Amino acid sequence: MKEKLIVVGNGMSGLRVIEDLLEINKDKYDITIFGEEPYVNYNRIMLSYILSQEKTFEDTIINHESWYTQNNITLHKGDKVISIDKLNKTVTSQNGKVENYDKLLIATGSKPFIPQTVGSNLNNVIAFRNKADVDTIIKTIDKSKTAVVVGGGLLGLEAAYGIAMHGVKTILVHRSGSILSQQLDSTGGKLLQENLEKYGIEFKLNTTIKQINGISDVEEVEFSDGSSVESNIVVFATGIIPNKDLAIEAKLDTKKGIIVDDFMATSDKSIFAVGECVEHKGNTYGLVAPLYEQGKVLAKKLADVEVDGYSGSTLSTRLKISGVDLFSAGDYLGDETTEELILLDEKVGIYKKLVIYDNKIIGIVLYGDTADASWYLKLLKEHTDISDLRTKILFGKSALSGDSGHGGDDVNSMSDDEEVCGCNGVCKGDVVNAIKDKDLKSLSDVKSCTKAGASCGSCLGLVEQILVNTLGDEYNAVEEGICDCCDVGHKEIKECINENEFSDVYEVFEKLNWKTNDGCIKCRPAINYYLLVKYNDDKYKNDKRSALVNDRNYANIQKDGTYSVVPRIWGGLTSPQELKDIADIAVKYDVPTVKFTGGQRLDMLGVKKEQLAPMWKDLNDCGFVSGQAYAKGLRTVKTCVGSQWCRFGTQDSMAMGVKLEKLTWGSWTPHKYKIAVSGCPRNCAEATIKDFGVVAVDSGWEIHIAGNGGIKVRVTDLLCKVETDEELIEYTKAFMQFYREDAYYLERTAHWLERVGLEYVKKIMLDTQKREYYVLRFEESQKSAQVDPWAKAIEDGFTKEFSPIVIKPEESVSFEAKEIN
Amino acid sequence: MQNWIKITELENIPLMGARVIKYEDLEIAIFKTKDGSIYAINNICPHRQGKLSDGLVHEKVVTCPLHNTDVDMISGESIGEEYECTKTYELKIENSLVYLNLK
Ligand SMILES: Cc1cc2nc3c(=O)[nH]c(=O)nc-3n(C[C@H](O)[C@H](O)[C@H](O)COP(=O)(O)OP(=O)(O)OC[C@H]3O[C@@H](n4cnc5c(N)ncnc54)[C@H](O)[C@@H]3O)c2cc1C
Ligand code: SF4
Ligand code: SF4
Ligand code: FES
Repeated sequence: MKEKLIVVGNGMSGLRVIEDLLEINKDKYDITIFGEEPYVNYNRIMLSYILSQEKTFEDTIINHESWYTQNNITLHKGDKVISIDKLNKTVTSQNGKVENYDKLLIATGSKPFIPQTVGSNLNNVIAFRNKADVDTIIKTIDKSKTAVVVGGGLLGLEAAYGIAMHGVKTILVHRSGSILSQQLDSTGGKLLQENLEKYGIEFKLNTTIKQINGISDVEEVEFSDGSSVESNIVVFATGIIPNKDLAIEAKLDTKKGIIVDDFMATSDKSIFAVGECVEHKGNTYGLVAPLYEQGKVLAKKLADVEVDGYSGSTLSTRLKISGVDLFSAGDYLGDETTEELILLDEKVGIYKKLVIYDNKIIGIVLYGDTADASWYLKLLKEHTDISDLRTKILFGKSALSGDSGHGGDDVNSMSDDEEVCGCNGVCKGDVVNAIKDKDLKSLSDVKSCTKAGASCGSCLGLVEQILVNTLGDEYNAVEEGICDCCDVGHKEIKECINENEFSDVYEVFEKLNWKTNDGCIKCRPAINYYLLVKYNDDKYKNDKRSALVNDRNYANIQKDGTYSVVPRIWGGLTSPQELKDIADIAVKYDVPTVKFTGGQRLDMLGVKKEQLAPMWKDLNDCGFVSGQAYAKGLRTVKTCVGSQWCRFGTQDSMAMGVKLEKLTWGSWTPHKYKIAVSGCPRNCAEATIKDFGVVAVDSGWEIHIAGNGGIKVRVTDLLCKVETDEELIEYTKAFMQFYREDAYYLERTAHWLERVGLEYVKKIMLDTQKREYYVLRFEESQKSAQVDPWAKAIEDGFTKEFSPIVIKPEESVSFEAKEIN
Repeated sequence: MQNWIKITELENIPLMGARVIKYEDLEIAIFKTKDGSIYAINNICPHRQGKLSDGLVHEKVVTCPLHNTDVDMISGESIGEEYECTKTYELKIENSLVYLNLK
């Protein structure tokens, strides 16, 4: 007979215990789970991404219904357990279910703490804790009013960021003088605050909420500094309290939380507890890493497998806000007995602090550059004596090996016992071994088998790199489907397209068993791109209806639905006549804004869709072609003035820039593509943050690849040095074509390179034969690609539909009042 | 109440694309889907007022070009997110001419 195990709480820690348990012994228990929330088990951490619209709820589900069924688990969703009868070993739920147990697991998490103030009982005064809260926030926020978030901790910041991402003015109120005071010292807090202000979050520090006014809903918020603001929502992120209600009712021992021993047993030996609701040796925890450590112990205990008890956890945290890198661990504040090693570059936004005691790291704060977080954490956890490393330690691990490198998380230099995934406590060696022992081939296999990357997801890039490095040539990115329409990933789609002949995207859908008739915004543009690249000539016509809006309308759509028009300016060089022509056209069409772009062109913003065609025509007449500022293709070639004008220039960067642009314009690439040419190592054209960067040196040209100035700036890697212009041109063609064919759609050179590794790219690019192959394919494809899309769109009549059909009421009645049924 | 107005020839609505109709203050997008059926829907996305006529058409759904909200052309509901409904209109074809019911 199986024993009966009941779990109260369908959340992150309770379900992890069950997953771990099933892995050790599938047959020991009959499992029943009660969850108060009306959903299957989801990743609470990801609520931040749902709020900021970077993920959907579907993305956050950890275990679908099918998982419960497959494992014979009974799930009572939306049914709260209200009491426990220890004597008869039963639980009773709100819906009246009474079930008996042999073992009971309480995993009820915690409750948000909302301080009592006048008005805190009004509608839309809420916490940020569950799916329902996020739904309420999204539904309530209103662009004409300000949203107020209380609490400058991790959760408060993520809430404020998420709300601000909706374009809503957000005020964050925090009691102390600097934000994230639990994780950062004041210097770090100040840098972070400046960064977040850029997203439109306003901070009120040393301030609290005095009262909230309104009749039933929130209408206005008054602050302790005397100011007030019109608002219709207040989100509290002011701390959590272990949810021990059930345990108190059942007379289990509790203090701050439910008291457990090293094996997660409560004062009743048939009842266990895990997660935020427990108190272990006086500590409660609010992050998943320690809860998962507890869970691991408990799973073994429940399976009757020998296990060392849980002994507490070291906490480390990261903030999940795009473009903000922050990591802290241990005792980051220190005291008079400790020393601090500090590196601060305010302009670049980098701050690193190590708190040292007795020559050992005891605390870490990293802001702006967290590449070495796992290394420092390892030194901390192992109490390593750092006397010998002291002078260089702040520059990171790569500084020790003498590789000035370009930063980034280099897994090659990580040792096996360095932690990759903080949430799940997985080290590099664990991942490597799992890949080898269990013959894992895909990222999702690694994720489900080791759990690395399965929680907050910030380590996924690293995990994938380990996979690539471990499998080498065998690496076969069998990923998940690229969207809900299919079960296949980019790699498989590309292979299928290369092995078969297709004449349109629909044939590909059919061949690969698409679940929908005509795909969606994610898959159709991707397939269209792959077909374009394969056929390389005009055997396949670009399917405009399958392209993203900019690539379809040959202009950049802007936030108000108007477009921006950018004529090509070769190598950034123009003439008075051209400037005059552009100015005349801008005046003629009453263009509200004209701006120099970051890539040395002129951008005419605010053009109505119906103005596009005539405007293009006028530009064409003056000799301009489209600057493809919208395209997944070559955007610009930026140049400095080089040897033609500059005192330092060793090569003619302007001439070379023009040459390279004439060579590469018109092409399609997986994502936008930018080139720059600098005339000497002073690098005024900033070539080392471009997809393809060229820098003149005394002996010729240096070729740099895969840089990008996006959310996360990536400096290029050096591909090679060449001596002649001809070689440079050859590499320009070969690299672009290789990227076009090898990368996935919407993967920028930087991400592609990080996925496949520099070695792989070098191996192909430095091989004369392979290079030649790509050069030929590039030249072939450019023959049909270098057609001005503006002129073409006008010529084949596509722009007709750009103008609305205007119907005047008096004309419309011409169709009489005859009823049509 | 029915209020039918004459729009345009059916062939003027591009397959898998849209045509915008302006009638006084109204902007209505008429879409033609893969099987040739047509749908009329207010051109304004319920999320942040993107122009749906510039969106990608798939099945009976249009994906707004600004932030990829999916809008059902039949019901005007946003899919997966809860925004207000977008208004949809009845259409008729007679002798290759398209008529729209403004109600
Ligand atoms: C927005 C947000 C972002 C976060 N980001 C991070 C992060 O980046 N990193 C990190 O480590 N942690 C993060 N956390 C914290 C992390 O989510 C929690 O530590 C973790 O979810 C706690 O797991 P748990 O199982 O103890 O509780 P929960 O996951 O909260 O699960 C408890 C469940 O029990 C249910 N329940 C309660 N009482 C009953 C009852 N009587 N009967 C039935 N069901 C009941 C609750 O409804 C809930 O679903 C974040 C939390 C939030 C809210
Ligand atoms: S990169 Fe060199 S050549 Fe070009 S402008 Fe700067 S200093 Fe002059
Ligand atoms: S142009 Fe680029 S950087 Fe500027 S607001 Fe738009 S997306 Fe952001
Ligand atoms: S305006 Fe339509 S998705 Fe944003």
